[in-house]
Amino acid sequence: MMKQKILPVLLLGLGLLFLYLPIGILAVYSFTDSTTIGAIRQFSLSNYNVLFTTEELRNMIGGTLLLAVGSAILATILGTLGAIGAFYSKRLPNMVITTMNEIPVINADVVTGFSLCVLLIIVLGIDKNTFIPLVAGHTVLSAPFVYLSVIPKLKQMDSNYYEAALDLGATAGQALRKVILPHIFPGIFSGFIMAMTLSLDDYFVATYTKPATFDTISTYVVNATKGAQTEIKTALWALSTIIFLIVVVAVCAMNLLEGREQEET
Amino acid sequence: MFHFSRKQLGIPYVIFLIGFVVLPLLVIFYYAFTNGEGQFTMENFTAFFTGTNTIGTLLYSLLIALTVTAVCLVIAYPIALILARFPLKHRTALLMLFILPMWINFTLRITALKEILTALEGNLAYHPFLNTVIGMTYDFLPFMILPLYNTLEKIDNSLLEAAMDLGAGTVKTFLKVTLPLSVPGILSGVTMVFLPAMTNYVVLDMFYNSTYIMGSLIGSYFSAYDWNNGSMISIVLLLIIFAITIATNQFSEDSETNRGAVL
Repeated sequence: MMKQKILPVLLLGLGLLFLYLPIGILAVYSFTDSTTIGAIRQFSLSNYNVLFTTEELRNMIGGTLLLAVGSAILATILGTLGAIGAFYSKRLPNMVITTMNEIPVINADVVTGFSLCVLLIIVLGIDKNTFIPLVAGHTVLSAPFVYLSVIPKLKQMDSNYYEAALDLGATAGQALRKVILPHIFPGIFSGFIMAMTLSLDDYFVATYTKPATFDTISTYVVNATKGAQTEIKTALWALSTIIFLIVVVAVCAMNLLEGREQEET
Repeated sequence: MFHFSRKQLGIPYVIFLIGFVVLPLLVIFYYAFTNGEGQFTMENFTAFFTGTNTIGTLLYSLLIALTVTAVCLVIAYPIALILARFPLKHRTALLMLFILPMWINFTLRITALKEILTALEGNLAYHPFLNTVIGMTYDFLPFMILPLYNTLEKIDNSLLEAAMDLGAGTVKTFLKVTLPLSVPGILSGVTMVFLPAMTNYVVLDMFYNSTYIMGSLIGSYFSAYDWNNGSMISIVLLLIIFAITIATNQFSEDSETNRGAVL
């Protein structure tokens, strides 16, 4: 009996060790003045100092966040409207929209980024520095996921509510704002969060569409690992640690909130 | 007064999808079958399928993708199975631990792994294949665990009990009941790992790898401003993606919703 319990727990432990050991070790070393893993030297906050005081790094982080929020807002508006439109359309248009929506989901990000670059920058000649290709690219990447997270909420909704609102004298716009949107809000919200994480995690679409002087966290990190600037390299360890902590806190908070909601219902 | 019906709300998104999803693909089709002067040519096509470099890269990417997918499956399946049978109270929290790394920027996670591997191996360039497999497994493992967990968790316990009651042993119950029922989860996990493993060349780049996968080819044609050959590689990848989707769709309908649910 005892043996049956130990093996599974051991396996789970090994899996977690594989996933967390590298980030964990890097987090420990981010608080030292070492430049490679191995030789522990002195406790130091210099990496955090460099991270928060270097203008290049601050701009890069700020730009990444701004891009994530901006493209997520666009993606949420487009994806939500698209989902409502498709859901209430006839079978054929619904199928066509759903199929087009699937393309960026299953396509490789390299191909999405490259094809957008060819169309927008090469064929149409849009200047990369306007940020239009980059924002469009990140919206393409995430809007389909907003669409996919709103559709199930529309399916769950009783369609009589909308008709009832119209019968009671609401205009289509009012019925949309007061009846449909509140019902599907959880789907819209999780779609928005998803859109932000997709933008934050993207490397490929950004590389092919971004202005040459602008970097997201991903493109910056990749360039920094090729470069020889150790000060920047170890400052990124600090960034990795901070993001890790933010994610842990956010996931815990989300779990607590969900737990509370379930208790209430 | 401005009147609209609900379906008209979808118009902006339809225009967006046509302009930024369908049109780019049509444009790379055009580029793949034309030369620099815009004349129709099969040159890029034949260059890809007769070049030892390009075909070698295609085969190498397939080898990498197959290995990474197999390794992920072998590691993820037991983990997902144990999670699915774990006492309900701690199950969600534990699952969260396994998929949480997905929310951390992958280049930062690969940086962490790179530092560890450098400390262990010295020069990363000596083991290009091994390091690529380790790096991609580290990156993609949560994407395999989640769909597997989702299908395994739905398997009715009474089916397992029935099999046991009818005299099947643990191994036979697994092979005849659990494994067949988890096929949809396996397929969606495989699609979510296989394709990125053929295309995500950042892992190789960051490990100072000089080997190429399909994604690296697009990257190098992009750097060389060779849109025609880059488009041809994209078309080849699209065909592979199309084939995988057709093959797996026959068994499972919900691979995308799975990916949506995690992110």
